[in-house]
Amino acid sequence: MVVPIGDYVALAAVIFFIGVFGVIVRRNPLIMLMSIELMLNAGNLLLVAFARLWLQNAGQIFAFIVITVAAAEAAIGLAIIVTTFRPERFVDVDDVRSLHG
Amino acid sequence: MIAFWTLAAILIGSAVWTIVAAKPVYSVVALLINFAALAVVYLTLSAEFLGVIQIIVYSGAILVLFVFVIALLSSGVAPFAIGPNRLPKIWIPTAVAVLAALGFLIFAVARAPQGSAPATAPVGNQGVFGSIADFGKALFTVQLLPFEVTALVLMVAVIGVITLGGEQMREVRPRAQAATDRRMREAILREGKG
Repeated sequence: MVVPIGDYVALAAVIFFIGVFGVIVRRNPLIMLMSIELMLNAGNLLLVAFARLWLQNAGQIFAFIVITVAAAEAAIGLAIIVTTFRPERFVDVDDVRSLHG
Repeated sequence: MIAFWTLAAILIGSAVWTIVAAKPVYSVVALLINFAALAVVYLTLSAEFLGVIQIIVYSGAILVLFVFVIALLSSGVAPFAIGPNRLPKIWIPTAVAVLAALGFLIFAVARAPQGSAPATAPVGNQGVFGSIADFGKALFTVQLLPFEVTALVLMVAVIGVITLGGEQMREVRPRAQAATDRRMREAILREGKG
């Protein structure tokens, strides 16, 4: 019944790299943000698994902070998307040139 | 053990669906499945509070925000554009790099000494690891500083979003004002005719 910690690490690694792949390959900013959420969740899974392994609360509390940061990041990221991309335009991050200097 | 692998399959499958979905709405649905499965994983790891928070904050707040933005961006005349992928151009080097990193990590995990998470203790009682009472007590005593930092992060996020939204409103206002003026002129003309 007991799941080895290595399995949790492997699962988190797979989810994290799926998120990395999504950020690198997809050009839709919404799906890129969702991929970032996937990566944050993979990190959270590791924190919770190791908190369980060592029976320490600190891991869970740090996972709580990560959830807060993810919420803040989603709010700000979506606000940037809404202000940057006009509704009638093609949504593609490569079209945004204003920060190229 | 079977539960873990079932959940792992759901997590990986929905994660893949998230990044390959053609439309962002499908990605949101896949992400919802992913977060729900992850909440169940948290519960099996006796993180009760985080399981509940995962459902409330992620599925309840963040995904609804995504759905709102998708609806807002696709409410114009044109349907929401899927957006081109870089997939055709850099698909092979990206896959090689990501799979190499993943393989190295799993190799390192396999070589590492194995420890197992202890079997789940009875839940819900104070003093039991991971119970909400235990978590709350730690949050408000030993770990008070991280909790305060959480409040600060949320405050900064609120201020940032208001700043961004305020800039957009300043752009929009003249147009809205013009529309109001036009409506008033038309109403006055109708009054004059009648």
